[in-house]
Amino acid sequence: MNFDIEKIRSLFPLLHQEVHGKPLIYFDNAATTQKPQSVLDALTGYYNHDNSNIHRGAHALADRATRYFEETRETIKDFIHAREAAEIIFTKGTTESINLVASTFGRKFIGSGDEIIISTMEHHSNIVPWQMLCEEKGAILKIIPISESGEILFEEFEKLLSPKTKLVSIVHASNALGTINPVRKIIQAAHSLGAKVLLDGAQSTSHLEVDVQELDCDFLAFSAHKLYGPTGLGVLYGKREILEAMPPFHGGGEMIKEVTFEKTTYNEIPFKFEAGTPNIADVIAFKSSLDFINGLGKKAIKAHEDELLAYANEKMGEIKGFIPVGTAPEKVSVLSFNINGMHPYDVGMMLDANGIAVRTGHHCTQPLMKRLGLEGTVRASFAVYNSKLEIDSMADNVAKIARIKNK
Amino acid sequence: MSSIKDIQDEIVSEFEILGDDKESTIYFIMELGAGLEALPEVARVEDNIIKGCQSKVWLIAEEQDGKVHYMADSNTDITKGLISLLLRVLNNRAPEEILNAKLDFVERIGMGSIIGSQRSNGFASMIKQIKLFAFAIQSNQNV
Repeated sequence: MNFDIEKIRSLFPLLHQEVHGKPLIYFDNAATTQKPQSVLDALTGYYNHDNSNIHRGAHALADRATRYFEETRETIKDFIHAREAAEIIFTKGTTESINLVASTFGRKFIGSGDEIIISTMEHHSNIVPWQMLCEEKGAILKIIPISESGEILFEEFEKLLSPKTKLVSIVHASNALGTINPVRKIIQAAHSLGAKVLLDGAQSTSHLEVDVQELDCDFLAFSAHKLYGPTGLGVLYGKREILEAMPPFHGGGEMIKEVTFEKTTYNEIPFKFEAGTPNIADVIAFKSSLDFINGLGKKAIKAHEDELLAYANEKMGEIKGFIPVGTAPEKVSVLSFNINGMHPYDVGMMLDANGIAVRTGHHCTQPLMKRLGLEGTVRASFAVYNSKLEIDSMADNVAKIARIKNK
Repeated sequence: MSSIKDIQDEIVSEFEILGDDKESTIYFIMELGAGLEALPEVARVEDNIIKGCQSKVWLIAEEQDGKVHYMADSNTDITKGLISLLLRVLNNRAPEEILNAKLDFVERIGMGSIIGSQRSNGFASMIKQIKLFAFAIQSNQNV
């Protein structure tokens, strides 16, 4: 392993603490990642030195803040290999990005009898906006079934596709199972019938190299806080021609060209979709997160996390009563599991008592849990700063907990 | 039968022995749940689930010789332990006594920090439902 874990860990102040008298082991990275010092410094630096409103002030501070703000947009453009920075829209998070598409693209391009396809393993934020849209428009939501191992049944997806399909909105990597979906194939098939494709990249962008031009997706939604960045900030990427054809999302300042009481004309993209004063501080700090990721390199990150996942599977697999949930061959570093005879809440709470932070429950994927016949799972999700030693500790504790019901 | 106050004091002293060891405390709570009187399978229905709990908690109550007899179950062992603590204090008492009970052991053992804020909300829902049953039975007695 080329990763200098100790050096990486030293960049994350939060990791160095005790929880319930035990050293913190943070395995809830699919929910949110911790922030390196550089991101925290960028946040306070902005408020200490550069705070001012952007894009309109005629003074040095506003000019500086605007420059930093737009530098983040450029960095994101490179990060996902978009053609131009204007295709990057700032939102509150993945959820808002998806809702933006449902509200604007949906409002204009989806009508009665049209079809939207999602999969069984979607997060609620990639289900509910489409249900709301379908209800309003009389459109139909179709669901791609999955296998027991938690993989999309591609042939079933092809059967669902038709000229009525206007949009396929699909998760790139599952938050609950870790499954990496064959999105390239899905996008090609959808495009062959004229449907647009939105990728929910909330879980994929931190682990995988995501190239929107190579994938040819029409939209990509993701959140900064899962990429070692600040909370309350997300991104919607969209192809220029589609974004231009879409009506605005919110009305207000920034998004207009000219306002009269008779008629308002709208600004160019991306500003057309960024009404009001944006989340300037977090946008500026997000650049430091991306610099951190780029500094490590996605390839090295993936290799490290793959190694952790393989090791965790091996160690946990030795535990009597361990039931892995989601066993697709292609996964991001998410290990979902149950312990025979035990409720995931109880397992999670006992891990917490030992300083180990995991997520328990349905992971905002209730239809997926229903499909798998589960109330929920325990989910350990790994990031760049996690180590095999930490996995050893989790495995030891899970083994102890599992013995209660699996003698 | 010991008073509500005495039983609460007893619980507090049991938790004092465990001290700040969170792991032992949770094991202890889980073990308490194992001693809960079994809830008949027919009572494990949607209607008997307490609203406001993350995990499933079934609670039923009936009048026995003027007193309220509760039976409960949960799909998680920790929650089962929590409800068993409440029933240890409040089960088989007159409705009025249940309604007037001041459950100070909850704060004295630091329940909030043991189970966290989400489960604390669920725990409060259990207390509320226990009292609602007592109130309903008391109302019937007064008819």
